[in-house]
Amino acid sequence: MAASGSDTVSVVERTRPLTIGGGIVAAHFLGRTAAFILGEEAIVLAAPDGESRRIAAHGGAILATAADGARIVSGGDDGKLVATDANGETRVVASDPKHRWIDHVALGPDGAVAWSAGKTAYVQAKESNSQSNKQSNREPRAFEAPSTVGGLAFFPKGFRLAIAHYNGATLWFPNAAGAAPERLEWKGSHLGAAVSPDGRFLVTTMQEPMLHGWRLVDRQHMRMSGYAARVMSLSWSASGEWLATSGAAQLVLWPFQSKDGPMGKTPRLLTPSGHRIDVVACHPRTDVIAAGYNNGLVLLARIEDGAEILAKTPGDVPVTALAWSGDGRLLAWGTESGEAGIIDLG
Amino acid sequence: MSEQSLSEKSPVSEKIPVTVLTGYLGAGKTTLLNRILSEPHGKRYAVIVNEFGEIGIDNDLVVGVDEEVFEMNNGCICCTVRGDLVRILDGLMRRKGKFDAIIVETTGLADPAPVAQTFFIDENVGRKTKLDAVVTVADAKWLNERLKDAPEAKNQIAFADVILINKTDLVSPEELSDIEARIRGINPYAKLHKTERAKVPLDAVLGRNAFDLDRILDLEPDFLGGDDHDHGHGGLKHYHDEEMQSIALRTDKPLDPDKFLPWVQDLVQKEGPNILRCKGILAFKDDDQRFVFQGVHMILDGDHQRPWKAGEKRDSRIVFIGRNLPGKMITDGFESCIAK
Repeated sequence: MAASGSDTVSVVERTRPLTIGGGIVAAHFLGRTAAFILGEEAIVLAAPDGESRRIAAHGGAILATAADGARIVSGGDDGKLVATDANGETRVVASDPKHRWIDHVALGPDGAVAWSAGKTAYVQAKESNSQSNKQSNREPRAFEAPSTVGGLAFFPKGFRLAIAHYNGATLWFPNAAGAAPERLEWKGSHLGAAVSPDGRFLVTTMQEPMLHGWRLVDRQHMRMSGYAARVMSLSWSASGEWLATSGAAQLVLWPFQSKDGPMGKTPRLLTPSGHRIDVVACHPRTDVIAAGYNNGLVLLARIEDGAEILAKTPGDVPVTALAWSGDGRLLAWGTESGEAGIIDLG
Repeated sequence: MSEQSLSEKSPVSEKIPVTVLTGYLGAGKTTLLNRILSEPHGKRYAVIVNEFGEIGIDNDLVVGVDEEVFEMNNGCICCTVRGDLVRILDGLMRRKGKFDAIIVETTGLADPAPVAQTFFIDENVGRKTKLDAVVTVADAKWLNERLKDAPEAKNQIAFADVILINKTDLVSPEELSDIEARIRGINPYAKLHKTERAKVPLDAVLGRNAFDLDRILDLEPDFLGGDDHDHGHGGLKHYHDEEMQSIALRTDKPLDPDKFLPWVQDLVQKEGPNILRCKGILAFKDDDQRFVFQGVHMILDGDHQRPWKAGEKRDSRIVFIGRNLPGKMITDGFESCIAK
């Protein structure tokens, strides 16, 4: 195993351990405050001074979250879409009239928010007065997907949303009245979506242990396979040149430097280990990736030379959440059983 | 053994059991479900239903879904999963601790296979939950008709681990005996219960462990004591369904694993669409461990189970339930796997 050598550099001693009190399903940063998303009901905010508090966000399971540094939006099985800020203020952004589960959420570049309940995807543009705490009077727009929505991703520019579903994905311009949404076809169940930072590629995770991608200019297909398990976590490197992925016993990085993306290329493989990576998070400033394993290990890997740093020693339970603060100095991790830590990399 | 490798396997006991209720329209699925939910058993159930609103019990863990059967991209047409279950089970397991078991009620026209296959194919589902049993509710009065005109009804009978012949008060003893024989002609292995208004002890339908490899051993037809397969059937008439049959094979000679495993793989690859379920206990040559396997269509799952006990008869038994099965080809193939 790569991480077990005595020469391995470690930042484990820089970890502030936290007790969260519930299984963690995701983590985000709001400024320098870490936010740990629990499987049900609550978000735990951990301030840099070590003080943490539990924020009641949902009446049941928390199914999906997204964050933009200033707020977290979360969807729950209570049919609510809730926004939470670093002060722990929560606000219901939308309620599904039929109390359907809100399965997926996404945040856009201009403060837009998207969510889905069953087959229906919704978007709401940024509220006209962002200082206001009042509910915007702008009605969300709805799009009916051909099957239950598998994943949502905004494009980095423009008001445009990618919606993954069965047998493909749909590109939707909510503001283009009368323009038919663009359908991208590929057989199978597409469960997650990611748009490259340059907006040229859409990648989906599939029910099978593989990814599918489209080069949007000509709809060329890209098939990225070889995984041991369903890919549950995707993250673009700071440079936008690499897509880091979970689902294998090593960190699989697909190259997106050239206009062809990963077509005809093999992925770069880092941090080989006997255990599977379940979650990945790219550093926001440099091409370094945090990888969380299903045996509790967390490693940092530098893309350039594959150098590794130990960030969390293995334990008994899978790592389920990783997040970097916006300045890249803090790394938060969380596990399925509710262990958590914040590493100060200075 | 290191602690790490122990923790790799999540213990079976920690997985939440999932019971699948099937049955043709009007057979009494919802009656059974309401009975399960209302009896004072002290257990909490999360329920996944299609016909929302028919449940008479107030329960915030009732989830309505649209059945979505998704084909897998592996070139196998019978390899399907229930996309809605992948999603809903993941969401429900975030509330682990709020319930003891999950019940999935399917629509009357549903095929149980994609439901079962979801547990084998989706690693995330299989890690946290386990399929307990497929329970089929049959209408004593109308099942005979449905077996003629509704392939879904026949699938549900063939696939079942437990069958309730319900509404027995609406038929005569002769009709009841006839319907029982019809069911046995299709699926001699399911546990059979005759009920009125789906009244059955709950432990007859829940906690069955029917898909647990360790308990796969129920390969004897339910109503037979011994080996008299071609005889009396406990006084029942003997029907052979023309389309759906079961094939049971047995040998007391050890099998060659290098022949058997490729053979069974190849068989389910070719005949998978027609094979609804298969199960087996195998004695391999020079192997002191019992090998057990089960399958749904093309998906096989097998493992060494435990050492053969001293004095235990080391024979191999396999069972296939399916549609228009090539009996002679399967029998000959099985016999060719006997170790030389």
